[in-house]
Amino acid sequence: MLSKKQARTFFLGGTMLTFLIFIALTIYSFSGEQDQANTLQLNEPIVRGKQLWEKNNCMGCHTILGEGAYYAPELTKVIDRRGKGYIKAVLMSPVSWAPNGRKMVAYGFTDAEAEDLIAFFDWIDDIDLNGFDRVVSPLAKDK
Amino acid sequence: MKYKSQKVAYWFFALSMLLLVLQIVYGFIMGFARVGMDGLHEIIPFNTARAVHTNLLVVWLLSGFMGAAYYIIPEESKRELVSVKLAYVQLISLALVGVTAIIGYHFNWWEGRKFLEIPRQLDYLVVINVLLFLGLILLTLYKAKRRTTTSIVLAMGLLFAALLYLPGMLPFDSQVMDSFFRWWVVHLWVEGVWELIMGGILSFLLIKLTGVDREVIEKWLYVIVGLTFLSGVLGTGHHYYYIGVNDIWIIVGGIFSALEPLAFLGMALFAINMYRKGEKKHPNKLALFWTLGCAIVSFVGAGLLGFAHTLPQTNLYTHGTLVTAMHGHLAFWGAYAMIVLAMISYAMPNLTGRKIYESNRGRAAFWLSNIGMLGMTVAFGVAGVAQVYLERKFKMDFMMVQNEISIHFVTLLICATLFTVGIIFYILDFIKYGRPNDEALETAEHL
Repeated sequence: MLSKKQARTFFLGGTMLTFLIFIALTIYSFSGEQDQANTLQLNEPIVRGKQLWEKNNCMGCHTILGEGAYYAPELTKVIDRRGKGYIKAVLMSPVSWAPNGRKMVAYGFTDAEAEDLIAFFDWIDDIDLNGFDRVVSPLAKDK
Repeated sequence: MKYKSQKVAYWFFALSMLLLVLQIVYGFIMGFARVGMDGLHEIIPFNTARAVHTNLLVVWLLSGFMGAAYYIIPEESKRELVSVKLAYVQLISLALVGVTAIIGYHFNWWEGRKFLEIPRQLDYLVVINVLLFLGLILLTLYKAKRRTTTSIVLAMGLLFAALLYLPGMLPFDSQVMDSFFRWWVVHLWVEGVWELIMGGILSFLLIKLTGVDREVIEKWLYVIVGLTFLSGVLGTGHHYYYIGVNDIWIIVGGIFSALEPLAFLGMALFAINMYRKGEKKHPNKLALFWTLGCAIVSFVGAGLLGFAHTLPQTNLYTHGTLVTAMHGHLAFWGAYAMIVLAMISYAMPNLTGRKIYESNRGRAAFWLSNIGMLGMTVAFGVAGVAQVYLERKFKMDFMMVQNEISIHFVTLLICATLFTVGIIFYILDFIKYGRPNDEALETAEHL
């Protein structure tokens, strides 16, 4: 029968081993040749777009890369689906955008801010999502 | 209670109750918005309500864990807390930071990162607050004559929870890296170190309520928390399947996530077996209800429902849908809300000296809140599965699908009302106990 000491060894040993493997896999995932997110293409407009995304808690309604609040549409591949003009109109709208009755906050972004957010969405669209990109956005153009 | 300083736990529990009520209010705002009743949109848009709802959950659970620690650590280590005054300072600062964050969310002051919306300036205050809390707990343990496995596991859980908050503060330009390390906090909290805290509290309650030998309970505690980490750490991979990182996580996350229910199954079997084995039948039936209920519901909510969409082949379709909300609600309720409510139910008679161990209202609180939460889970689940089929299989537009499934949110609101009545009953009982007092030191018999 298992003793308390053996049980403690199982806990400590198992935890240390799995955590070390976890760290190793994290390092591997972010090594240059494994990059699936075109990290080197990140530029100032994309980063500003990400900051706007966070500053306004867009994830509190939308989802991106499948993460968010499921209240408003997934925005991965949104440019493929809607086109830049439509997105810009939504972002710059001075009144709440509510195409199907569900209201979006009227952020009234400036032209420059809208361009930054579009740059961010554009960068997101090119990430290799291991097949999810094809499932999440069936209305997107076939690639 | 055995030690005067345990009284501080009451105020952490009271703060938990207050924040739980607020959390439910914001949950209703979101529920009504989903069925088109969004009259508060201009003041409290959905993203504000959601940030408040989820952050209040985190803060009231943390407050409950802290209260539990302030109750358990003195009793386990057989000495008073090193400083009661500083514990009150920590309580007030926790409440102030929490309230400031919640108010700030209404004025667009946040980070906009799911579950970690607290603005960076307040993050530093959270760190100071938690350091103070840990200082008090660890120093009490350090000075103690006795250090039990239960108290060490609980303290380890709290320490690691604090350490794991730090990766969430790292700034990244890449959304992928941001998301990757955000899960270091969120996943490794709820499917890792919080389970240590839960295990520690569960172990303490089982020792007190069943009378089973401490050595037996604590041995199994090690096995269960061992299983938790063995599966949970690499199980983080299930968040990485489709966010833009290497597909090695599909294999690693898939295998280890499938093992995660084992820890919760172990927890449920552990609690039930200890209850059956126990010769001492503690009169606090309400605490026993919540304790055993926690072990069973957490297995269903966190274990089984988590497994239901954790396989990569399934998650490819369910990732980013209401199926996640289904799992999230019952998992948080079963594993963490119920353990806090179990702890409060156990501690209140001992803190106040009023031995209300069983009451119709207390039983109604247990059943109504659990049935209500189960109903909400089913409503989220049906809506989520319908969303998966309509949106991802039949290629319908997002908002068209949302209109189709909105009826399930009417069901959700009805079940949420049932849940709320249960919580109101629980809080009425909490108020009825009154305040902790020194007379309770002499009157408590069933420690």
